[in-house]
Amino acid sequence: METVLNAARLNKYFYDPEKFQVLKDVTFAVKKGEFLSIIGKSGCGKSTLLYLLSTMDTEYEGTIEMAGTSLTGRSQDYLSHFRNEHLGFVFQFHFLLPEFSALQNVMLPGLKLGRYSEKEVEERAMEKLRLIGMADFARKPASKLSGGQQQRVAIARAMINDPTIIMGDEPTGNLDRANTENVFHIFKELAGMGQTIIAVTHDPDFAAGCDRVIEMSDGMIIRQ
Amino acid sequence: MNLHIAAEIAKTHLLAKKKQTMVAMLGVTFGIAMFITMISFMQGVNQFLEDSALDASPHVRMYNEVNTQRPGLIDEVNPGGFNVVYHQKPKDELSRLKNGITIAERIEKEAGVLGVSPQLSTQVFFNNGPIQISGTVAGVDMERENRLYNLSSRLKSGSLRTLQSNPDGLIMGATLARKLNVRVGDKVSVTTPLGTNRILRVVGTFSFGIGTVDNIKSYANLSTVQEMLQKDPGYITDIHIKMVDPLQAIPFGKRLHAIFGYHTEDWATANQAILAGENIRNVMTFVVSFTLLVVAGFGIYNIMNMTVMNKIKDIAILKATGFDGKDIVAIFLLQAVFIGLSGGILGLLIGFGLSYLLSIMPFDAGDVLSLKTFPVIFAAKYYIMGLLFGVTTTILAGFFPSRKASRVDPVSILRG
Ligand SMILES: Nc1ncnc2c1ncn2[C@@H]1O[C@H](COP(=O)(O)OP(=O)(O)OP(=O)(O)O)[C@@H](O)[C@H]1O
Ligand SMILES: [Mg+2]
Repeated sequence: METVLNAARLNKYFYDPEKFQVLKDVTFAVKKGEFLSIIGKSGCGKSTLLYLLSTMDTEYEGTIEMAGTSLTGRSQDYLSHFRNEHLGFVFQFHFLLPEFSALQNVMLPGLKLGRYSEKEVEERAMEKLRLIGMADFARKPASKLSGGQQQRVAIARAMINDPTIIMGDEPTGNLDRANTENVFHIFKELAGMGQTIIAVTHDPDFAAGCDRVIEMSDGMIIRQ
Repeated sequence: MNLHIAAEIAKTHLLAKKKQTMVAMLGVTFGIAMFITMISFMQGVNQFLEDSALDASPHVRMYNEVNTQRPGLIDEVNPGGFNVVYHQKPKDELSRLKNGITIAERIEKEAGVLGVSPQLSTQVFFNNGPIQISGTVAGVDMERENRLYNLSSRLKSGSLRTLQSNPDGLIMGATLARKLNVRVGDKVSVTTPLGTNRILRVVGTFSFGIGTVDNIKSYANLSTVQEMLQKDPGYITDIHIKMVDPLQAIPFGKRLHAIFGYHTEDWATANQAILAGENIRNVMTFVVSFTLLVVAGFGIYNIMNMTVMNKIKDIAILKATGFDGKDIVAIFLLQAVFIGLSGGILGLLIGFGLSYLLSIMPFDAGDVLSLKTFPVIFAAKYYIMGLLFGVTTTILAGFFPSRKASRVDPVSILRG
């Protein structure tokens, strides 16, 4: 299987209030179609690592390579475009644009990419919503959806551009048992279709169901 | 950058907070409407005053300045000495322009000169029964004077031609005629400063719409006035000159002064009060409009800043999903531009409406000015200027919040 992500010797420091090393020589690779979860005690640096991988945080030492391209030292505009094309995010607090409908939320990254016409993007967005069982709520404003529904719409949005990797920072952290299972099954299904997924989680059951688990402690990988 | 999506997002943001959008818009609307109304009215006043002053006055007037203050002869002979001369009288100097007619003919041949009218002007008393009313009589060559001031279009009654054929004819300011209670065909007795009397017949009345002219002035034939003053037929005191381009009058006047040595006065000097008033009105218009627009600008700045603050999560999401800094700037700047444009256009309409109302509002200036309504100018350039001002203000006011939005660090927001 080809490697889609390569992180080598990642070091990250915070300087506020004092110099403090959050990540220490983190090195790992992810293969295509892998469903990976990152676990560890609170404050061990999981989110920090994920934001480095997401290309949104660019202040680090080491190198990150994704989909065959080196992302270290690239311009913000290049990284924006890369995120748009290759990455999908699901955040802990679902984060949809509240004034837009579920469908529009899913469509926006697709329209930005501009690979398909507006009409095609809409069809694809509907398809993704159907996949996660949210097709009936497509026209509803995001602000009028329940937490679990919003989370599922966010997953559909993460999928709209057929990204290389879907990343989630505790994507089920805010959900009840039933919804957590629901999201997990969606991820599992996607991974089965060859979608690479990296999820930070606190949920041992969630981690247990993954292809691979990376455990961190104090900014280091202690087990994979 | 994809403007279409940015516009779509901007629209959604604007519609989501209609009240705020309206308030920001109305700020611009008010500023622009005020600007349009003020500038249309002020420029109308300027134009009106300038026109009436320019119409009734020569571009250049050449005359002989008679100096009433002269050094005593004894001061010249014995400078610095203890010379005492009580109440010295001025020299008996004539205010005539020597060879005036020849000079006038020469000036007439110069390039850029529209017309030249040599004339003899004098103070007189018009006798109306026991009452004397002071005024002036200008002895002119009516054909030339008409070319300068277009008198035929300002006649209220009578005709210019009668004056040319009637040596005792007199054309009077309409207000003056009313005061004297005379009409065309009536006789009036005129007393010159020399004490001589002459009966002239009113053959016409005119009105420039300027009190100081219509109240005092009258025209007679040059030769008649020369006779009344007991002067020779070459005696003139003033040469009035009109140029094709009024602005040329200022250097031209200086040149004439250098050539002929006589005093010359151009319209700008003669009408300094009007021009100064014009400057003051211009400055006022711009200061008031500018202040209003700056206030509107701060309003927009505040509202846009608030919007950016409220939408900070949205900005982070958009950035996380691949929108770059330029997209974010576009989203917020478009909102500002929309506010500016719609507020501005509404302002133009209201400004036009107000100016129109002003232009039909009756305004009674009495005999002083020939005005029936407020003078208002409708010129496309003021509207273009207003819109440009409005849009520039909003873009400036929207730019800084938009830039702030584009610099939002998504990580710090999404971390929660
Ligand atoms: N902006 C920051 N400035 C300074 N220190 C920070 C900053 N963000 C995080 N840290 C610190 O870095 C460490 C790692 O934080 P991180 O958010 O990656 O933890 P985490 O593993 O995701 O924890 P949790 O499971 O609670 O989400 C923590 O000790 C935290 O206090
Ligand atoms: Mg975390």
